[in-house]
Amino acid sequence: MLITRRAEFSASHVCAQPSLTPEQNRGLYGAAANPAGHGHNYILEVTLEGDPDPVTGMVFDLKKLKELIQQTVIEPMDHRFLNYEVPPFNKIVPTTENVAAEIWTRLSRHFGPGNPRLNNVRLYETEDLYVDYAGDRQ
Amino acid sequence: MRVTRRYRFAASHRLHSAAFTEQQNRELYGKCNNPYGHGHDYVLDVTAAGPVDPGSGQVVHIPSLDRLVSDQVLRDFDHRYINADLGEFQALVPTSENIMRVIEDRLTAHWSEAFPGEWPRLESIRLRETKRNFFELKT
Repeated sequence: MLITRRAEFSASHVCAQPSLTPEQNRGLYGAAANPAGHGHNYILEVTLEGDPDPVTGMVFDLKKLKELIQQTVIEPMDHRFLNYEVPPFNKIVPTTENVAAEIWTRLSRHFGPGNPRLNNVRLYETEDLYVDYAGDRQ
Repeated sequence: MRVTRRYRFAASHRLHSAAFTEQQNRELYGKCNNPYGHGHDYVLDVTAAGPVDPGSGQVVHIPSLDRLVSDQVLRDFDHRYINADLGEFQALVPTSENIMRVIEDRLTAHWSEAFPGEWPRLESIRLRETKRNFFELKT
């Protein structure tokens, strides 16, 4: 069974590589390369997979999942400029892909291979663009 | 990793098959068979999959995907009567299922021009005809 918890955070970022020229960054990232940055209302959906506990009837306590997301993602990232305030985005470009992978890494430390396991992280940068990451390379 | 981009187009269509009588068409397609057609605000989700490029941090170059979908789908479908304006539907009923297949064919045929490398790959498309129904196709 899959259970999903949704959370939101607002953050700013700029997508540009220091090794590239402004023109190259603009070609790669479009308006997201504007040097002073811009922001989004990110929506995060965290999905766990497991069998419901026969006693509690729950796959995982959603209240605990909410707290875990709060501590590992929302508190560090909400109302922050990701490039300047949230490592590793001082070193890697905070594209939606990289932010989703970082969220996966942070959450996966709290789940083993057993029951429940972390199934998927979906991160909406806007209503029209989202990333799904399940820990796989591709 | 999968990246999904959402697009929208407004189009009209009429469900009517030459294989059936007028009466059979009415019974099968109901209101969708009304003679002058009707329209929807379609929502098209295109999902591309691949590894994250370590340099760019991207799975897919979004402007390239936008250009591909715009050139191959939106330009021809948006604000059109699908039955009359699109060649593929001269002999094909424009159900959402068939619209999906045509969109898949168009994107697949031009995918390697937009993305010459091994990645990203077109993974799936999803078409929402109204808020109460949608169709998904793994490509």
